[in-house]
Order: sequence, then structure tokens, then C-alpha cells
Amino acid sequence: MTKKTSLGGKLYTALVFIFLYAPIAVLILFSFNSGKSTAVFEGFSLHWYEELFRDAATLTAFKNSLIIAVVSSIISTVMGTAAATAIFGYKNKLLKTSVMTVTNIPMMNPEIVTGIAMMLLFVFIGGMFGKTGTLGFTTLTIAHVTFELPYVILNVLPKLKQTDAHLSEAAQDLGCTPFQAFYKVVLPAIMPGIISGLMMAFTLSIDDFIISYFVSGTSSQTLPIRIFSMTKRRVTPDMYALSTLIFLAILILLVISNVISSRGYKKNTKKGGAKK
Amino acid sequence: MKRFFSAIICFVLLCLTTIPCFAGEKKDYSHLKGTTLNVYNWGEYISDGSDGTLDVNKEFEKRYGITINYSNYESNENMYNKLQSGGANYDVIIPSDYMIAKLIEEDMLAKLDFSNIPNYKYILEKYRGLYYDPDDTYTVPYTVGMVGLIYNTTMVEEAPDSWGALWDERYKGEILMFNNPRDAFGIAQCYLGQSINTESVEDWDKAIEVLKEQNHLVSSYVMDEVFNKMENGEAALAPYYAGDFLTMYDTNPDLAFVYPKEGVNFFVDAMCIPKNAENKEAAELYINFMLEEEIAVANANYICYATPHSLVLESDDYDLKGEPVLYPDEKNAPKTEMFENLDYETQNYMNMLWNELKIEGNSNLDAYIGLSVTAILIIVYAVYKFIKKKKREAMY
Repeated sequence: MTKKTSLGGKLYTALVFIFLYAPIAVLILFSFNSGKSTAVFEGFSLHWYEELFRDAATLTAFKNSLIIAVVSSIISTVMGTAAATAIFGYKNKLLKTSVMTVTNIPMMNPEIVTGIAMMLLFVFIGGMFGKTGTLGFTTLTIAHVTFELPYVILNVLPKLKQTDAHLSEAAQDLGCTPFQAFYKVVLPAIMPGIISGLMMAFTLSIDDFIISYFVSGTSSQTLPIRIFSMTKRRVTPDMYALSTLIFLAILILLVISNVISSRGYKKNTKKGGAKK
Repeated sequence: MKRFFSAIICFVLLCLTTIPCFAGEKKDYSHLKGTTLNVYNWGEYISDGSDGTLDVNKEFEKRYGITINYSNYESNENMYNKLQSGGANYDVIIPSDYMIAKLIEEDMLAKLDFSNIPNYKYILEKYRGLYYDPDDTYTVPYTVGMVGLIYNTTMVEEAPDSWGALWDERYKGEILMFNNPRDAFGIAQCYLGQSINTESVEDWDKAIEVLKEQNHLVSSYVMDEVFNKMENGEAALAPYYAGDFLTMYDTNPDLAFVYPKEGVNFFVDAMCIPKNAENKEAAELYINFMLEEEIAVANANYICYATPHSLVLESDDYDLKGEPVLYPDEKNAPKTEMFENLDYETQNYMNMLWNELKIEGNSNLDAYIGLSVTAILIIVYAVYKFIKKKKREAMY
């Protein structure tokens, strides 16, 4: 039985949505601006979308951002899932809490501290091997994996707690090897947690500016760094076109994933709640 | 005899036709094909193919087969930090005058081999031998410019001609200022008649007093937000670079520009090669390429700052040829001073004063009052609920 929301409640929700999405709406509106200004709307045109595809440096930066995001989120999800499974299996309380504290550090740390620390670390290690110019794609990926790991672990652990603790034992009783038991029984059960951890890691990576700023090298400029570098002169409106496209892509992805998961939910409840 | 002479003449003519090949003896750069070049430049500071302009980097890659890794920075100080960290090896950087002086002092730049940069001959005399590189061994000027005062003719009562207009009470809440300490102090110091490179503590103290007086008149401290604010008439007065005024004028013809009589800051951004560059020859080739007429014209048209390149100033393709804002004639030429690299104590003092202005300058009294009232209300409510709960428990 759904409770009927009062008019005040609906109004409040509407206000919250307006507050959250008004800047994006303005951004989308000005991406169709025919003039160069971001304050005066001069007319409707798709000019900036054409410009975007001719702006090689921005597209390279966007490509770098995407590649780093995909690679680092996959690596951190794999590592995070393995770590979460191990942490969940600890019997020693002291060890468990201390490992959890250590994993929380990259999350709690101000990003600028992490960024500078990683830059100094990479230069130091490079110096030990007598190399300069160590900052690049590899260092960016390592840095991104570092700050994404806690989020993945924090997403997977609750799902592990939710699954039946004896599932893995039952599978082994029925003839699975421990690895098969994990792969075929536990992994599908915690898959929602893994997926949400992956998406969180991906979002954090694309969004990250401060850590990337310190750790990127000569060929690995990411999109936020490129946008920031325009702030002395002027951020060109083809950035709005790019942002609009990213926003639409993510919106469509989320809508599709919600539709799929709600269809799956409906199917499961129709089957009389046999699956969970 | 006749045949002999005609043979000689033919031979001489043939030789003459090959002279063009020798005159511009092009060095062979094919050994650099396939290498990479790391360029670190300001954002929006090169003609990049937008709006039908020439894509300079792509042109270079096509011509010489060298891949360019192009990255950007937005301030000299951040570029310096990246360079000094030793983590990234750039081949070409384009810092401003005072930063070049600092880099040379710290031995972070490599001397240029001008035999690879024959186009240097096009740089005007008045941009050679500048203070930061008196022997012209490390740098090649890229753009030059001056800071001036932009104002909205419909929002000011009379045309300003002095930096004092930024302290005018009549325009309270419609004044913008630079959001970085060097430029903001520069304006205050010009206004007070001091040198913008003064190292005397009293001068800096006077300058911060004047900036603090101005604080309540300023609507905001801006960098690139100045474009929007001036274009849609949110602000009446703003200091900014001469070339950027031209961009704003395109959108809002109510705007006008003046070089205040007390003097302005004159800057030069120049190309140089860091000491740890890995591909120095390609870097010099890139610098020479930037000085070619077609490329320099494309860049000058895109960036809209003044150019030190003699061919561009005479070229018919140069859209801003003779533009009085960028190239004021003798009568209107302002007094100029270049930023020099301040010494360590002065820099620290300047940063400390700037923090004072930005962080503590604003009276946050309203916020404190609001927060404390909210906190008191929450505490009162929580205590009330607690008392009610205790009363209810006492009933049972």
C-alpha cells in the first residue's frame, strides 16, 4: 500500500529536483547557443556540437578520461571484491577492524593530500631507477585505483553480509571446489554490490580532478584538467555540448538499467518469491 | 664559339634556377619522424581548428610526422610546480616573463640553438633583449599584451581614465577585480604610483589597505568569469587583458576599453625549452614552425593578443591589423611596467596579505548569527522532546 504524499511533500520534492538540476538545464540550454557567450542567449544552433568534433585536444582529453575510468574501475572492482571477500572471512576482530580502518584512509583523506603524496611517491620511485618523466597513464591508473578501492569494498561488504553464510559450505558439500563455490554460488549473490561498486568507481574516476591534476603526465591530460586550464581565458561553449552529451548518455544508461532491474524484480515477484 | 657561349649561358641559368633551393637551405628533419613532442601551453592559446581556423598542431604533425602531446595549464605557478616535480618531461613550455626569469635563475631552461630557428629574424627589435632574457639565449616571444580597464559605456557616468574608477563609490557592487594576487596588487600599486615589483614592506602594506578599502565595492574577484559578467551587463568596470576586451566587444558593443593614465602591466609570453626536454631538436623545430607567417597569423587571429611578429603586423590576413586597442599609437601609448620575479620573502608576504584580504576580509557575521540561531532552536527542540519522553516514562 503506497502512502499518499501530501501536496507539501510533492512541492518539496519538486523544489529539490529543481535545485539539483537547474545548473544542468542552463548548461544544456547554452550548448545550443549560437553565440560564444555563456550569459547572453543569441539564438538556437547546433554549431557547438560540430565544433566539439573538430576540437582534437578536448576529444583526446575525453578519450583519456574514459580509458582511465574504464581500466581503473575494472581493476579496482576485481581487487575490491577479492579484498571484501577476504575481510569478510576474518575471524580475528582486531585484524578486521584495523584492515577496515586502513582501507577507509583514502576515502577520508583530503584529495589534495592524496594527490601530492602520490606525485611525490612516483617521482621518488622514478628517481630510484634514474628515470624522470614517470608521470603518465600508469601512474594515473594506480592513483585512481587507490582512491576507488575503499568505495568498492564498502559496496561489496554489505552484500556479503546479506548472503547466507553457509551457502559456500553447502556448495562444497555438493562437490564444488572452493574456487567453484565462490565463482558459481557466492559471486552471483553479491553481483548487485559489485555492479554498484563498479559504477561508483567509474563515476569517481571520471569526476576526479585534484588527484589527476598532480599525477597526470605529458600525454595523459584528462577532461577536468583540460576544462580547468581554460579558466584563465574562457571556457569555450563546445564544453557545454560535451557535458550535455555525457549527461544524456548517463541518463539513458541509468534509465535502461532501471528498466531492466525493475523488469527482473517484477519477474521474480511473479514467480512467487522463490528467488531472492 | 657561339655554341660554347650558349652552353655556358645555359649552364649558368641552370645553376641560377637551383639557387632557391640553397637560399632557404632547409635542414633535413626526416630523422625526427615518428618521435613525440610534449607541448605545455596555456588553455585556449593556440589556433586549434575551431570556427574554421587552422589547426596548428595538426598542421605540424602532418608536415613533419612528429606526434604532439598537447596539455594545458592555467597559471604560471601551476606550470612551475609540474615542471619542478620532475615527474613530467615537457619539450616546449610557454611561460610569462617573470616566470621565465625565475626558471633561468634556477637553471631549469635549456639554451636555444638558433640555427634551428631561422624564423627568429621576424621578431621585432623592441621585443628582444628584454629583462628576463637579456641575451636572447633561452626564449622566443609568442604573444605580448597589456592589462587595461574595460567599462560598460551605458553603466558609467563618464568615461574613466584612471584606475581610481575601480574605487568609485558610485559603482558599488558593479566592480570586478582580478582573482590572483599579482594582478590585483599590480593594479593597486599602479594606482598608488608604486612600482609593481616593489620589495618594500610599507608599499605592500599601503597596497593592501587600498585593496581592503575597495573590498566592499567589489562584486566579485574573477578570472574568466569576467567575460560573462561584462557581456551581459552585470558589472560596469573590470580590469583585464586588452585582447580579451576584443572578444567581449564582439558580444556586447556597449563595452569600451581604456589604458589608465597611472600605467599598466605589460606582459610577454615566450616559448622556451626546459632543461630535461627529451626531444630538443623537435622542440626547436616547433618553435620555428610557430614563427612561420601563415601559422603566426592564424595564432594571432585566434588568441587576439598583440603579436611580436613583424610579418603578421603587415599581413593582409591579420584581422586585427592596426587595432588601436592592441597597438596604441605614440599619443595613446600608456606607461608600462613588466612583472619581475619577486624574491621569496616578498612573495610570502604578498600571499599572506592576499589571504588576509580574501579569507578574513569578508564579514561572516550574518552566517554566524544564522548558524547560532539554528543551533539554539535545535537544542531547544531536542531538550523539549527529551523532557516529554521522560514525562511519558514517569507515567508508567
